Amino acid sequence: MKVLVAVKRVVDYKVQIRVKSDNSGVETQNVKMSVNPPDENAIEEAVKLKEQGLVNETVAVTIGDDKSQDVLRTSMAMGIDRSILVKTSISLEPLAVAKTLAKIIEKENPDLVLLGKQAIDDDSNQTGQILSTLLNWPQGCFISELKIEDKKLFISREIDEGIEKLETSIPAVLTCDLRLNTPRFASLPNIMKAKKKPLDVIEIDTLGIDIESKIKVLNVVEPPKREAGIMVNDVKELVQKLKYEAKVI
Amino acid sequence: MTVLVIAEHDNQNLKSSTLNTITAATKFNDEIHLIILGNNIDNLITNSQSLHKVSKILKCDHEKLENFIPEILAPVISNISNNYTHILAPASTFGKNLLPRLSALLDATQISDVIEIQSKNTFVRPIYAGNAISTVETNQQINLLTIRPTAFDKCEESGGNASIEDIQFLDTQTNTKFISREVSKSDRPDLTNARVVVSGGRGMENSENFKLLYELADKLNAAVGASRAAVDSGYIGNEYQVGQTGKMVAPELYIAVGISGAIQHLAGMKDSKVIVAINKDAEAPIFGIADYGLSTDLFQAIPEIIKELDLLNKIES
Repeated sequence: MKVLVAVKRVVDYKVQIRVKSDNSGVETQNVKMSVNPPDENAIEEAVKLKEQGLVNETVAVTIGDDKSQDVLRTSMAMGIDRSILVKTSISLEPLAVAKTLAKIIEKENPDLVLLGKQAIDDDSNQTGQILSTLLNWPQGCFISELKIEDKKLFISREIDEGIEKLETSIPAVLTCDLRLNTPRFASLPNIMKAKKKPLDVIEIDTLGIDIESKIKVLNVVEPPKREAGIMVNDVKELVQKLKYEAKVI
Repeated sequence: MTVLVIAEHDNQNLKSSTLNTITAATKFNDEIHLIILGNNIDNLITNSQSLHKVSKILKCDHEKLENFIPEILAPVISNISNNYTHILAPASTFGKNLLPRLSALLDATQISDVIEIQSKNTFVRPIYAGNAISTVETNQQINLLTIRPTAFDKCEESGGNASIEDIQFLDTQTNTKFISREVSKSDRPDLTNARVVVSGGRGMENSENFKLLYELADKLNAAVGASRAAVDSGYIGNEYQVGQTGKMVAPELYIAVGISGAIQHLAGMKDSKVIVAINKDAEAPIFGIADYGLSTDLFQAIPEIIKELDLLNKIES
């Protein structure tokens, strides 16, 4: 069995982002970039499946410019066998990302595709669902548990009401929630080893897909600032304020 | 021009997120249709006919629609999509699971988590956990939008008189089988819908201590929420998580207890009207956005608050 993992390079989750002064977007130059956090859960799950002997090959794919090679090296340092960079300088919308991944999947022929449930930069939460539809493979979104028995998949999904359990089969597309597992840290020897693992580069133009933007960003602004209020001295004061000043209790 | 709203429900009642989404649909000043897909939904359909400003309900009642498997729902909707310029669904796990499938079937880019509709083709949405607000424009034939429920009021549930149209069920073959849904039962108000939310974080230390928050919540008729740290530590279930990858809430009063205030948590609650933070670390970032901060040991403060509330109630009664 072969697993393909899609990863995205995003501004590190600890960075306090800045909106560009011309309001064209968010500053990503000279900012620490990392693997999108839920994508790390996807990587970890793929590596775990291989360690358990359920999977014999793991491949990571990302879409972006040359700098995006760093998230592929990180993926391989965490244990992914090899990786593919689909090279483009354009920032793609989820529909175009899914079409690109579908082309790669056609070539790679994996049994399972794992993605993070959403990217923490544009928070769209779409790519896995679109990909599942394009491939006509079963969809399992926001999963917090995965069990594989023969070709059957048993998944737990985090939904607003609690947990939903589904049974499905490979090939399938699954999107990972943060509670699926705890991603490992890449050790120094593994970081060194990852430098020698294969990383193929494919120019996006060679895939013959429509990646044109269908939406135009008019502007990006900072949200209204919420001012800090006051510190109260004790519980009594707090309850009085809530009752007679804010009038919310 | 007609706008289609996809109803979120449990085969018996509409979820309140549907009511928020209908209000978003009214911003287009066009006819609104509501599509309800489910199993044994006659009562639900009848009860939905009076929804304000909904002129028609599209009904598809089939046993295979019982558990909202998105592979089965999406083709039924795309089959009738030609009649619509906009298709809206709530940005709940239901809508997030379903609407991108229509994006693929209709070859249209979906706009997620819309918080404001400026025109027929201009929409506002938060990005980077709400740390930036993006205004986008599109000229697509069909606009697919998920709507952030907290950004729109609930629509009136009376005053309408919608007609009913049965639509065709398309039987999509899928290997996916529903096994079970573990729904937490609680008499407290729904988290995304409550007037008051009491949330606990890592500072609660264990699940046993969350009982303190339940007691406080019950005094205030509040819902209980949690930070990701508390959920990851197993103090409370995932359905209580407030934040970027959990639920978005905007109650009148949000009480954050033992929550430090990571930006990912703030993303889910900073639109609350009044925020109270209780944390023994006076430097915790949560105090930077709180209207009222109390830096003290929560295990002393919460029982005291409960006592004070009891006193207030006594004075009033």
